[in-house]
Amino acid sequence: MDTLTLILYVAFAPLLGGLLAGVDRRITARMQGRFGPPILQPFYDVVKLFNKENLVVRRSQTVYIIFFLAFMVFTGGIFYAGEDLLLVIFSLMLANTFLVLAAYKGSSPYSAIGAERELLQIMAYEPMVLFYVVGIYMASKTFYIETIATTQHPMLIRFLPGIFLGFLYVLTIKLRKSPFDLSTSHHGHQEIVKGITTEFTGPSLGLIEITHWYENVLLLGMVSLFFAPNLWLGAGVALAIYLLEIFIDNACARARWQFTVFSSWVVAAVLGFGNILALTLFG
Amino acid sequence: MQKSPWIIHYDGSSCNGCDIEVLAALTPMYDVERFGVINTGNPKHADIFLITGSVNEQNKAVIKNIYDQMPNPKVVMAVGICACTGGIFRECYNVLGGPDKVIPVDLYVPGCAARPESIIDGVVKALELWEGKRRKRTGRESIQT
Repeated sequence: MDTLTLILYVAFAPLLGGLLAGVDRRITARMQGRFGPPILQPFYDVVKLFNKENLVVRRSQTVYIIFFLAFMVFTGGIFYAGEDLLLVIFSLMLANTFLVLAAYKGSSPYSAIGAERELLQIMAYEPMVLFYVVGIYMASKTFYIETIATTQHPMLIRFLPGIFLGFLYVLTIKLRKSPFDLSTSHHGHQEIVKGITTEFTGPSLGLIEITHWYENVLLLGMVSLFFAPNLWLGAGVALAIYLLEIFIDNACARARWQFTVFSSWVVAAVLGFGNILALTLFG
Repeated sequence: MQKSPWIIHYDGSSCNGCDIEVLAALTPMYDVERFGVINTGNPKHADIFLITGSVNEQNKAVIKNIYDQMPNPKVVMAVGICACTGGIFRECYNVLGGPDKVIPVDLYVPGCAARPESIIDGVVKALELWEGKRRKRTGRESIQT
């Protein structure tokens, strides 16, 4: 655990995240009856982006993006080092705030709308993420991920089925998949061009991509924590969940923000809070 | 060799024939995403500016603006005979000719309408040009892969 997994995460999370993105694009293409790009395509894209010019509206844009990356690596780092889960949640939020600030700095109508939609998305998923932390604590009696992952106890998901399902619901928002890819989309055309990433070119767009890879690996780690102490089973389930998300992405049209926020809160209230209530009453 | 050409597509004043053929290249039949091609719709993310149709007084400024917003290195492709020379519209009082009257064009793909095969061929040629421009800009021999 700790130092070794920390080093593994910092070094290999972009590789794993990039490969996942490549597999994602290939499977998406196959679902649409196309052949699809090579599995390594996301890496070709990022290498190309670093060979492009960095056109900015304001220089500080890039600084915010560097902070976005740094805090994402920090967040994932403390998660995989087995530290405090509460700190993970709040520094993840801080990292995302830097992306929103960077998009506001772009000061074009598209990136401003993208930034506002990103804030609405944060508002939508944050309650469920907090219930996730509370639920994990109630089931394992600790916030320390290393203790959760290594102590012998019945699998956490046996106590947290509601929170697991609720977390999957908001995971679609976090992974930027349809129907909840409001602020920016992986797919070519969107009504607000590229939303939050519209004003980023070349290297800074490349950094955003790499940050998303770190983030996705962190999120899949958070899914596998439900299966502690059987973390390998958890990793397998997390990958299966990712495939399910690709399917949902291809099967859904984009929802409106009102539906996104309202439905996520209903899910958080019913599945998340309901689960915690049940644990309090019968646990 | 460049492996991820992101394209911005702009249609000037034309019959929309070439426009439809460009989009046909994205369909399962031709699937240009096999070569990493993405139709971005955002000039700031694009490497190749693909123009169909001729240029008139109305869209002159638009084409100039899109071109200026694209980060270097960038390649401009004129697709279809209207974009190459003004085509059937060249005698019209409001038509200036092809986009090369406004911005530097690197590559001409003729045809009325240009076939998806020749458009894809043009994109592959554009990649070589892009690679040359990148080498000139960064001074590095190969793209770091």
